[in-house]
Amino acid sequence: MQTWTSTPFEPWLGLTGGILIGLAVVMLLLTTGRIAGISGICAGAITKPGFERYWRLAFVLGLVISSIFYSLFKGPLPVQTQVDSIWMIIAGFLVGFGTRLGSGCTSGHGVAGIARLSRRSMVATLVFIGSAVIITNIIRHT
Amino acid sequence: MKIVLVSLFSGFIFGIGLIISGMSNPARVLNFLDLSARWDPTLALVMGGAIAVTMPSFYWIRKRNKPLFADKFEIPSNNNIDRKLVIGACIFGIGWGIAGLCPGPSIVAITTLQPEVLLFVFSMLLGILAQHGLHVKTDV
Repeated sequence: MQTWTSTPFEPWLGLTGGILIGLAVVMLLLTTGRIAGISGICAGAITKPGFERYWRLAFVLGLVISSIFYSLFKGPLPVQTQVDSIWMIIAGFLVGFGTRLGSGCTSGHGVAGIARLSRRSMVATLVFIGSAVIITNIIRHT
Repeated sequence: MKIVLVSLFSGFIFGIGLIISGMSNPARVLNFLDLSARWDPTLALVMGGAIAVTMPSFYWIRKRNKPLFADKFEIPSNNNIDRKLVIGACIFGIGWGIAGLCPGPSIVAITTLQPEVLLFVFSMLLGILAQHGLHVKTDV
């Protein structure tokens, strides 16, 4: 059911990537007044009408272009899935449903929400990291 | 139009950040969530680096009356810690802990065309629509 690929600790790449993510979030807030929460952006891109859909679709398109751009210069993206398709389907549904019920994901709550000291986001982040740690450890170690 | 272009660019930078940091690799995410001997703490630095940029910037940006290209800031005002928030976050965490993918990285990973990733994203969109449907009907 699962594979287990080990990954090296890469502090500088992590920090650099994190800073870029932070800059993207700041850019969006400063210019458009919007919070870059990806789950909300994905949801709005398929459920909202008109302009509210267009800017979200543009953001999603930016994500896809970044991936194509990276692979043109550096080769294929390292994406090593660890569980079978059936588990990916179940997990995908839970992520979609859960992020909308809880109004945010790793970006909206974990980065933007914590940065604006939102109590809701701090609680949500602790809860989703907690439940993710528990589930991962159950799957791998029991 | 400006807003659409800046959204596109912001998405691009965001995506590069996800890729460079390895957040778009489920193996790395799961090795962060798995607290065993092979623990990979890179993800903590991704969040830390992002918050180190956003926290002081937000403080400064919110002193402005309005954003550069729009009339007002659209920042959530709800401050209630309710059941929906906690249950939703818990369900999200379970999905994240199973697959090692959250919404941003899953979109970035689409271009690998791996069937597992495509199935995840398709199912995630169904999950979003399912919650949207329930929300519209019953406000769950």
